[in-house]
Amino acid sequence: MTNNSYFPEGSELERFVKRRRQKGVIWRSLFLLATTLGVIILMVLLLSIIDDSLGYAAVQYKIDPHEMVVGFYQDMALNASNARAFDDADELARALGEHPDAVGLLDEATFRAHADDLRAVSIEDGELPGVVVAVSQQNDWLQSVTMQELAPLFTIAETWSDVREGWPETPVHRYLPPAGSPVLTTFIAGVYGDDPAQQPVEALLAMLAQHLSPGALRQFVAEKPLDQRTQEEALGILAERVLEPTVIETWSLSQSILHKDEIEAAMAQTPDAELEFRRWVTWDFITSPQSSKPELAGVRTAIIGSLWVVLITLLFSVPVGIGAAVYLEEYGSGSRLDQFIENNINNLAGVPSIIYGMLGLAVFVRALEPLTSGSMFGLADPTTANGRTILAAGLTLGLLILPIIIINAREAIRAVPRAFREASYGLGATKWQTIWHHVLPNAIPGILTGSILAISRAFGETAPLVVVGASTAIFVDPNGPFSKFTTLPIQIYQWTSRPQAAFQNLAAAAIIVLLALLLALNAVAILLRNKYQRSY
Amino acid sequence: MADQSSSNGHYAIEAKNLNVFYGDFHAVKDVNLTVEKNKITALIGPSGCGKSTVLRCFNRMNDLIPVARIQGDVLFHGKNIYDPDVDPVQVRRRIGMVFQKPNPFPKSIYDNVAWGAKINGFKGDLDELVRTSLEGAALWDEVKDKLDANGYSLSGGQQQRLCIARALAVRPDIILMDEPTSALDPIASLRIEELMIQLAEQYTIIVVTHNMQQAARVSDYTAFFTVDEGRTGYLEEFAPTEELFTTPRSRITEDYITGRFG
Ligand SMILES: Nc1ncnc2c1ncn2[C@@H]1O[C@H](COP(=O)(O)OP(=O)(O)OP(=O)(O)O)[C@@H](O)[C@H]1O
Ligand SMILES: [Mg+2]
Repeated sequence: MTNNSYFPEGSELERFVKRRRQKGVIWRSLFLLATTLGVIILMVLLLSIIDDSLGYAAVQYKIDPHEMVVGFYQDMALNASNARAFDDADELARALGEHPDAVGLLDEATFRAHADDLRAVSIEDGELPGVVVAVSQQNDWLQSVTMQELAPLFTIAETWSDVREGWPETPVHRYLPPAGSPVLTTFIAGVYGDDPAQQPVEALLAMLAQHLSPGALRQFVAEKPLDQRTQEEALGILAERVLEPTVIETWSLSQSILHKDEIEAAMAQTPDAELEFRRWVTWDFITSPQSSKPELAGVRTAIIGSLWVVLITLLFSVPVGIGAAVYLEEYGSGSRLDQFIENNINNLAGVPSIIYGMLGLAVFVRALEPLTSGSMFGLADPTTANGRTILAAGLTLGLLILPIIIINAREAIRAVPRAFREASYGLGATKWQTIWHHVLPNAIPGILTGSILAISRAFGETAPLVVVGASTAIFVDPNGPFSKFTTLPIQIYQWTSRPQAAFQNLAAAAIIVLLALLLALNAVAILLRNKYQRSY
Repeated sequence: MADQSSSNGHYAIEAKNLNVFYGDFHAVKDVNLTVEKNKITALIGPSGCGKSTVLRCFNRMNDLIPVARIQGDVLFHGKNIYDPDVDPVQVRRRIGMVFQKPNPFPKSIYDNVAWGAKINGFKGDLDELVRTSLEGAALWDEVKDKLDANGYSLSGGQQQRLCIARALAVRPDIILMDEPTSALDPIASLRIEELMIQLAEQYTIIVVTHNMQQAARVSDYTAFFTVDEGRTGYLEEFAPTEELFTTPRSRITEDYITGRFG
């Protein structure tokens, strides 16, 4: 028998092998292309979300925060002991020249005009452009100060020795330009800062006391004594009740970087607005409840709603799904009824989610209202008084993902090696002992992965919840299965349909929160799978 | 063999006119086989002749195959284990099985051995049971310091002995072994063979093997199966091993054991 005549040989063989290899290369390139495409789309998606969640915002305040801070310190300086305000700078200079224990603030031109009588005090660690801190030529001990010393020097210090040890124990006399003058404003901004976020909590609380109505202040104190308030709390209440910012326009990150000039042109049109660079996902955003003002709105209500709904979904669909899977895989006899059930489960997995919403509305919201509203147990929330509750939503989503969980769990059960079952039966185990001790433990990783992926799907679902009646505007956190609720995806959907620009950015921020939560869920799935993964 | 067909207490287990069908396929026909107590009975024959099928009939493992159907009797202590009032769970507790491919549970060595006893309501000292079972399977010395290790951390031969220990732990009357050494190297195989001979002092063993030497070395009785034209398996010859290998009555048996066929 001549083996060789039937197979290609020599150069023909080479060409033949090369051709087969080439086919592989083509397919591999196609697969690479598909993967790249997927990655690119994902990146574009992520970038567009991030783009919207950062960027400049034009903010208008009822009271300008800088003015508030400057005004506060200005009052303090003007009301300090031995403080005198001069409307005329020359007069101030003359008075200062005659008083060795006084210190004054002057513009440079006036200082030069009186340079014979006055001496400029140098600032060791900073600069105050356009402002001269001056003393009389008769003063022979004050050569230089630090920024930190300037702060008490013009406000709370009584005597010079209060500011620095070794200075005389004579009272400080302060000669100041009038309120609102550029010299005083520059001095305050330089020494105390004019950003509320930089101010110590005591100063912020004092500002609050200045601006809040007595009633509002009393309420604020009643909630928590002033000395227990943190700087953050003080800032929060200042923003909410005093500054009352309104975002009038926002720009995305890319616009902020690439079209800075256009933004500045737009800002020129609205002189009373301020340009701020905003990060829309902040801790405040995550922990604040929903609000109709975009500046104050957060996703806490929605996150809690989502977690509650998903908890109910999980408690319902995972045990039922695993149970059904065990029955169909292990006990199902392949009878007509079993086959009918099987086919239906496979079909149900493909039913559009809105139809589950209709089902949920008919069954859980309407027919089972006594159960889902909690009135059956006397637990009904008086503000809901119908079946549009977390329980109804959770059960609806539970139905939605039940087929997916069943299919995945069956797959996992089927993948348990036959050898384990045989070994178990061979030892005289019953069917249930075999299932409980060998089939389920070995199927757990697969079941968990499938279930968590299904839960992720429920987490992001919107349509059925709209039908079941998720609230669109809800400002109190849900506190149990019988509360009304909203969920993150619904919140996002609702924000994107709002006209105010800031809500678009909030929606992007909420999407980031949603994605982060989903990623965390998937990470949990992977960890669990790895933990239970067995090697055999 | 025909003259010994009465079901007196002399036999550990006995198949009478056993027929097995997989769906429409008649896999094994009219098997009559008597297995003596505390002896090793080997089942040999070409691939597909139904050795595994017959073996699995002895502890109702074929119940797990939906399409399998069994006719005839398998008498165990004079009782047909296929009678409707017999619970297969109880049968398998008395008649253990060791499989071709080692299949420990993905649990610790200790749990592998202890589990069968636990689910069967064992009330004695588990530690002691685990030790004696592992000793019985000649594995104790190798694993006594790592009883917590996963069963799959052992070598193939050790795994197979673990499976034997696991079967011993429920104290069966009969141990069925389906090609227990086919996945093992010759040295590990020899260890299992020695173990089988030891075990035969206390247990009745039925072993399926493709290895003529193995059958000749370890077994007291040998059953030779083969297939007819319809690929249906049947028992061609059953005799004490020495007799079957030296003076086979059947021509087909002779061809097979001398390697001229199969
Ligand atoms: N689960 C099954 N379903 C259908 N037919 C089967 C099944 N198991 C075995 N058979 C058939 O029954 C016949 C006997 O199979 P069996 O496994 O008993 O052979 P065997 O003698 O053990 O072979 P081997 O030496 O290869 O293990 C074969 O023809 C096989 O195809
Ligand atoms: Mg076989």
